[in-house]
Formats: sequence, structure tokens, C-alpha cells
Amino acid sequence: MTDATVTQPAAPGGAPKKTSLLKLDQRTRRRNAAEKRFKIYGMIAVGIGLVFLVALLSAIIVNGTNAFTQTFVTMNVTLNEDVLDKNGNRNPADIKKVSTFGYAPLINSALENKVESLGIETLLEDGGDMRAIMSASAAAQLRDYVLGNPDQIGETIEFRFLASSRVDGYLKGRVTRESIARDRNISSAHLLLIDDLKELGVVERVFNWGFITGTDASEARPEQAGIGASMIGSFFMMLVVLCLSLPIGVAASIYLEEFAPQNRFTDIIEVNISNLAAVPSIVFGILGLAAFIQFAHLPQSAPLVGGLVLTLMTLPTIIISTRASLKSVPQSIRDAALGVGASKMQSVFHHVLPLAMPGILTGTIIGLAQALGETAPLLLIGMVGFIASEYPNGIQEGFLDPNSAMPAQIFEWAKRADPAYYERAWGGIIILLLFLMTMNLIAILLRRRFERRW
Amino acid sequence: MSSFWLFLIIVSLAVIGFFVGTSRAMSVASGDKRKLHSLPSYYGSNIAIFTIVPSFLLLVIWMLAQPLIVSSSVRSHIPADTIDPGSTIGLVMSDVQRLANGLDVAVSQGFMTEEDARSVQAGSSDIRARLGQAGVVLGSSVRPEVLQAAQEYRTMTSTGDMLRAIFVIGIALAGFAYAFRKTSVTFRARNTVEKTIYTLLLGAASIAILTTVGIVLSLIFTTGEFFSIQACLSEVDNYEQTHLAALRAADMNLQNCPLGNVALLDQMTSVTGETFSVTTGDYLSAFADFFFGTTWSPSFGGGSELGILPLLWGTFYISVIALLVAVPIGLFAAIYLSEYASSPVRAFAKPMLEVLAGIPTIVYGLFALLTVGPLLVSAFGDDGALGLNWMQGGTAVMTAGLVMGIMLIPFVSSLSDDIINAVPQAMRDGSLGLGATHSETIRQVVLPAALPGIVGAILLAASRAIGETMIVVLGAGAAARLSMNPFDAMTTVTAKIVSQLTGDADFSSPEALVAFALGMTLFVITLGLNVFALYIVRKYREQYE
Repeated sequence: MTDATVTQPAAPGGAPKKTSLLKLDQRTRRRNAAEKRFKIYGMIAVGIGLVFLVALLSAIIVNGTNAFTQTFVTMNVTLNEDVLDKNGNRNPADIKKVSTFGYAPLINSALENKVESLGIETLLEDGGDMRAIMSASAAAQLRDYVLGNPDQIGETIEFRFLASSRVDGYLKGRVTRESIARDRNISSAHLLLIDDLKELGVVERVFNWGFITGTDASEARPEQAGIGASMIGSFFMMLVVLCLSLPIGVAASIYLEEFAPQNRFTDIIEVNISNLAAVPSIVFGILGLAAFIQFAHLPQSAPLVGGLVLTLMTLPTIIISTRASLKSVPQSIRDAALGVGASKMQSVFHHVLPLAMPGILTGTIIGLAQALGETAPLLLIGMVGFIASEYPNGIQEGFLDPNSAMPAQIFEWAKRADPAYYERAWGGIIILLLFLMTMNLIAILLRRRFERRW
Repeated sequence: MSSFWLFLIIVSLAVIGFFVGTSRAMSVASGDKRKLHSLPSYYGSNIAIFTIVPSFLLLVIWMLAQPLIVSSSVRSHIPADTIDPGSTIGLVMSDVQRLANGLDVAVSQGFMTEEDARSVQAGSSDIRARLGQAGVVLGSSVRPEVLQAAQEYRTMTSTGDMLRAIFVIGIALAGFAYAFRKTSVTFRARNTVEKTIYTLLLGAASIAILTTVGIVLSLIFTTGEFFSIQACLSEVDNYEQTHLAALRAADMNLQNCPLGNVALLDQMTSVTGETFSVTTGDYLSAFADFFFGTTWSPSFGGGSELGILPLLWGTFYISVIALLVAVPIGLFAAIYLSEYASSPVRAFAKPMLEVLAGIPTIVYGLFALLTVGPLLVSAFGDDGALGLNWMQGGTAVMTAGLVMGIMLIPFVSSLSDDIINAVPQAMRDGSLGLGATHSETIRQVVLPAALPGIVGAILLAASRAIGETMIVVLGAGAAARLSMNPFDAMTTVTAKIVSQLTGDADFSSPEALVAFALGMTLFVITLGLNVFALYIVRKYREQYE
């Protein structure tokens, strides 16, 4: 409108207003400023969104990467025959009688010897005092080794034990001298000892395979906890979801897209599907609890039940995306098939479905990714609070025995008050996100590679 | 024979049927495919379908019906006078079932012969100890009538299982034979097979309806149970107050709902002279307590106050904060990306924002608990940077609301983006041609045209916010209170559903059942919002040619 101001007719009875094309008048300037402001608001909004994303991802990475390293203590343990096998005949039943308490003195003396032989001065009196730097799992690890190799009794062998979570936290900067002032588990004398041992390479931080492959541990042993067992639980759940939701979803979509007559029943199905897509996930958990556990008496915390609940939850997503890809197959394909004498069913199953398959698979993978990260319904069917301390023994146990799932395990760790568990929770999130990223990447690649534009 | 093996037998019969049918079709056509109505494989499939479908249906129906029939028959054989006062027939039946399962385990592990399990007497040998050997733990000592009922239960179940196997396999074979006999040159096998497939497709589509029905039924029944217990408890209060003296004199202390306990009800009637009955008024007061109660203090010992208002307030407050964060940011981001951004910027920023939508909610929950919460405390808390001392702990309405807002940004922005893009370019061109600036065009032409869609998107986002669970479970705190301070810890409907159902509570106690009433409320609210959103979009949408 800047141009219009030039040719304004002179007001009757007054001198014509003098304006210039080269000079912006006040109103134009105001409007231009408003324009610029509006654009900046938009930029700020996008910027805030991206900043949030960066903040979220960096919080995950900064807090989570520490979970992938763990502190270990290396030492030589003498497997004393007097303690481990009093009869001396290597009878497995005799060796089994020695509990983990029996192994503790061996570790204590090994620790004491190590410190003495390295010539480290410490305020701690003996191995028993120094034990606080070791994980409680060390004795169990030693016992497992002895039970597996009874012929090694009497020898001196080098072991690498987990350090306690406090020591681990000290090396990672989570535990400081100030923060342990009231901690009964560890004292600053221990930290001095750790400093010395670290100089000499006895205590070191290495990559922690145990976190990826291990099982959950009790509340007092965060250093031992791993996400492996719940990964298996998630795997079995996803298997159930895939085997049920893909065929059912595809069948339902084919019916609605290709066969359904225009009637009230079809309308009801359509309305139901769009409503189910918007029902909060926790309501599906309530359904699972009432229908599968209380009514059908399926086992609590079992991946089978989790998979059933997640199937019901992801079905609408899969149906919606499958219908979209069926719709994108041009009508001429169907007409051609019918024209050469195929039945309606044959035209759909032999021609339309194969052409729509890449789109269907993409939608299914995205639905699976959504199901993999879902937590709330799993809480209600008892997947939290269960300590997944063992791997399932077989395929049937994998489906039916209580287990946890990755997001449920992360939630469980987040509820435990120990900061060492928070670190595990962040680490678990990194693994979960890696899985989700891989699945989404596969979906994107599938779409790029096979998608056809008609 | 277990149902799994039965199933395998049927399936292998069907597989055999497929091959037999295919070769039969070829042989009736004397090797010339062209004489057949359908392709040979359709004849094979036809036999497979006739083998598997009726027998499988029978198997499913049998598996559902048998336990009901057996337990009702056993139940009718338990003499009423052997049930202790204070116990119910349901409890006795669960004892019977446990004992029967225990006997099964003992037999399968070889601690008992089948003969023993059938004939063992409660008095003659210590059955508890023998089952204990097999790793079955029984609560109390076994009474003779329970043992007898358990043995009857086992006999009936095993007879039933045998009959089931005979009938199911019989039906499968009959179907096989029928379809085999029907195989002829003129038989229209393809039509039958296609009709079956059509039915299967229809069945798959109906699962959506079944799911909804399942959700509604499971919510209605459990909610009904909750309200009837609450109504009964409120009548117990009334009753106790009116007959306080008489009940004291008889040394009776009513705590639980006496309904279902005939002996206690008789005793109460004889002590007070008034029959105990739950009235409509009790139901009304139970409804009023739930929907208008301002205190939420569940205690698993009884005497809990379960009013939903504090939870609804927390839900509402957190959702409002989340929408205050998500709507402006999401809307402006959508406007910028669809109207201003150059295509490289759009190609980068849009997927990046949508990454936020793909992150699981547990991640947001942890982010709220461990990052945003402490950050807010360091700003608004005790000795905070601003010296305001508004915030006591990291979990608060603000924490959960902010993080939920972040989660909803991509939801709002991608929905609005679609809607803004659907406004025809001609309207923009017209406005720009009249001399309006770009922002004036957006504000005065594009947004009004897109408004119904945007309102619908915001309503959908609100329904997401109300139903969101993990962020509030981790970030909002556990205290149910009615407070205006956004830095207070509050709790929501979803968080309380989780906490009431994940404890060790008995599922029949009102403290656990209340979770289903909460779930029902949540379901109705979110469903209402969704339907309303769709209605607005449909009603006010401009139809462009």
C-alpha cells in the first residue's frame, strides 16, 4: 500500500498532503515492523522447539554415557583349600556348602595383600575395612568361578571384581568428599586409597558389558544391574505384537478399504478405530488387567500379556497407515485384474496387497517402535516392581514367565532413590532410543527404496 | 490331552486335508484342470477350512464353558452349613480349586499316583505334608468336604477333557469327510473359500469394536463394584449411628460390608430389629463422595476418603500449563515453517521437531524428574537464584506441565501445519494482491480459515495431556491437594490409577477398585474431548473446491 499513498486525491478545501515514495510514512513503518516481529516470533518458536530437543538429547547423553563404563578392581586371590574344600577331595557337594560368606575373607586378605605389596599407606586397618571399596557381588563371582573350576582350588588367580557403586561414583564425579560426609558405607580414607590404587592401575574404569547383557540387581547393588533381561522381555513382547497386529491390522484394513459395504456397521467400526487411536494408553492397561489377568487368569508380568495389551494399543495405528497405503494403489490395477477374470479376492491378494506392502511394513515398524517405548499399560499388568534377575530358560518361559521390559526397567530404576540407579536409567534410555532410531531408520529406508509414486 | 496338542492335531489334519483335497480334485477331473470349476488348490483349502473351523470353534467354546459348568456343579454339592460364618462360598471354591491344582501338580511330579489322588482321605493321611513335598503350599489344614469337592472337581475336569478331545477330533474328521465327499468337478470351491476369507477379514475389523466393548465392560463392571461397596459402607455408617447402643450392647463392631454374609446379617437384624439394606440414597451419597469429595486419602486399612476433585484439579492444572507451553510454540512454529521458512530450513526443522514426538514418554518423565525439576528448584526453590522460596521439591505441577508442553509441541505443530497447508493458495494470493503484508494475510485470512482445525488440534492435544501418565507419575509428585501454587506437588487421575493398582492391595478392596472408577472418568473425559474435537472440525470446516 506504500504506492497508494502517493496518489491520494487532495482533500477538498485543504492543501494536498506532500508525500514521497522514497520516504516511508509512519503507518507503513509500523506495518513493516509488525511483519518483522511476526516472522521473528515464528523463528523463536522453532528455535525453542529445537533448543528443547537439544537439551533433552544432551541431558540423556551427558547423564547416560557414564552407565556404559564401570569401575573394576584387579587383584590376585588365593583360593585357599582349607576354606573352600576342607575334605580335599573336590567333591562338588562339599564345595557348594561354602556360602558366599565363606568367600569374603579370601577377598579381604587378597585386598590387604595387594595394598601391602604395592606399599600404599592407608588409614584403614585391614582387608575387612577396605572391603567397602568392593561390590558385594565379588564373593558371588568368586564362588561361581570356584564351582565351575574346582581344580583351581589352591591356586592363586587374578580376578577382576566390580568396585562398589560409591567408588564408581567417585571416579565418575558423582560422589565427592562432601557428599559422603554422612555416608556410612564409605569414608574419605577409602577415597584416598582409591586415588592411590587408581594411580597404580589396580582400579580402572572400562567399558561395561554387564550393563548391556546383565540382569537387574537388588537395590543395594546398582553396580551390578544391567538391562539385558528386560531387553529379552521387550523382545518377546514385540514378537507377540508383530505376530498379532500385522495380520489382524492388514486383514481389518483390507476389509474396510476393499470390501466393506456402506452401512451402519462399517461406520461403527470406523468410529471405533479412530476413537481407540486417541484413548490414553493407561486405559489399555486397565483393560489388560481386567480382561487378561483378572478374567482370563493369564500370568501377571508375563511378556505375553504385555504383548496382547500393546497389540490392542498399536492396532489403530497400523490400520490407519495400512489403509493409507492400500488407498494409494491406483484403481486401474484392480480394474485390470478384474478385467482378465480374477475374482475380487484374487485381485486384492495377488495385486493390490503386494504393491501396498512397503507402505504397510513401514507403518508396522513405526507402530512397533511406538509399542516398544510404551510404559504406562505395562505398569498395570505388573511389569514394574518385578526384579528381572534371571534370563528366561526357554521360549515358553520367555512368553509366560514374569519378566520386565526396557521402559518398565527404566521406570523401576528411576524410582529407586540411589543416584547410581539414575545413571543406569539414563543409560537404559540411550539403549532404548538406539533401538527406536534403528527401527525408524529401517522404516525410512524401506520407504525410500520401495515407495512407488503412481 | 492338553488343548495345545489338540490344536496341533487339528492343524496337522488340516494340512493333510489340503494336500488330499488338491490331489482328489485332480483325480475327479481325471488329470485335466480345465474341467474343474476352481483351481485345485481351492479344493484343498476347502477341506482344510472344513476341518479346522468348526472343530476350532468347538474347542474354544468348550474351553470357556467347561470351567463354568464344572465349578457350578461342584459348588452346588458343597453343603451350605459347612461354610464358616465370615467366609463365603467363593472363598471355599477358591480353596477347592487350589487343592485340585495342588493334586494335579503332585500327580504330574510323581509324588502321588492318580489312584492316591482320587482316593486319599483327609483324615487318613496328612495331605498337606504330601503336597508340601511336591512344592504345593496350602494355607490351612484341609477339611474333608473341601477335599471331596476337590476330588470331584478333578474327576469332572478330566472327564470333560477326555470328552473334549473326542468331540473336537470327531468334528474335525467329520468336516474333513464332508468336504472330501463334496469335492467334484462342479463344486464351486473358490466361492466357499473366498466367503470364509471374507468372514475372517470382517472378524479382524470387528476386533476394534471388541476392544472398545472390552474397555467399556471392564470399566463399567469394576466401577459398579466400587460404587456398590462404597454405598454399602455408607449404609454401614448410617446403620451404626442409628443403632449404636444396641450394637454396642451386643459387642458388634461393623467394619466391612456385611452383604453376602448371611449369618452376620441375621445376627444384625436380631440385635437391632432393623434389616440391613442398601438404598438408592446410599448410592447417591457414594456418587457424591466420589465426584464432589475434596479429600483424597486412601488408606488400605479402611476408612479412606476417595474424592476425585483434587485429582481432577491436578490434571486440569498440569494440562493447562502444558497447553500454555505447547500451543503458542507449536502454532508459531507451524506458521513459520509453512509460510515463511525456505525449503532447506523446513526440510531440516520439521523432522527435527517431529523427533520430539517419537521419544517415549518415559524419557520425558525422567527428564522432568532428574533435569527440569532440580533446575526449577534451583531457580524458584529454597535458597534459589531468585530467592522466592516457592518450591519445596523437584516434583511439581510446573515441572510436569513444562515437560508435557515440550512433548506436545510437535503434536500441535504438525496438526496445525497440515491444516494451514490445506487453506487454498488463492486466498493468500487474493489478500496479498489487495496489498496486505504477509503477516496480515496470515492473521486475517489464513488463521480464521484454519481456526476450526486448529481448535480441533488443541482439543486433541488437551486430551493427550489429560491421559498422559509417565510424565506425571515421575514429575508431578504424589500428594493430592487443591492448591493454586503451580510450584506445589500435585497429582493427577492417571498417576493415582497407577499408584492404586501397583501396590499390594487386594483387587476387591475399594482402594484398588477406585482406580477403575478413575479410569472410567478418564475414559469418558478423553472420549468426550475427541468427539467434541471431531464435531467442531466437521461442523465449521470450510469446504474449498
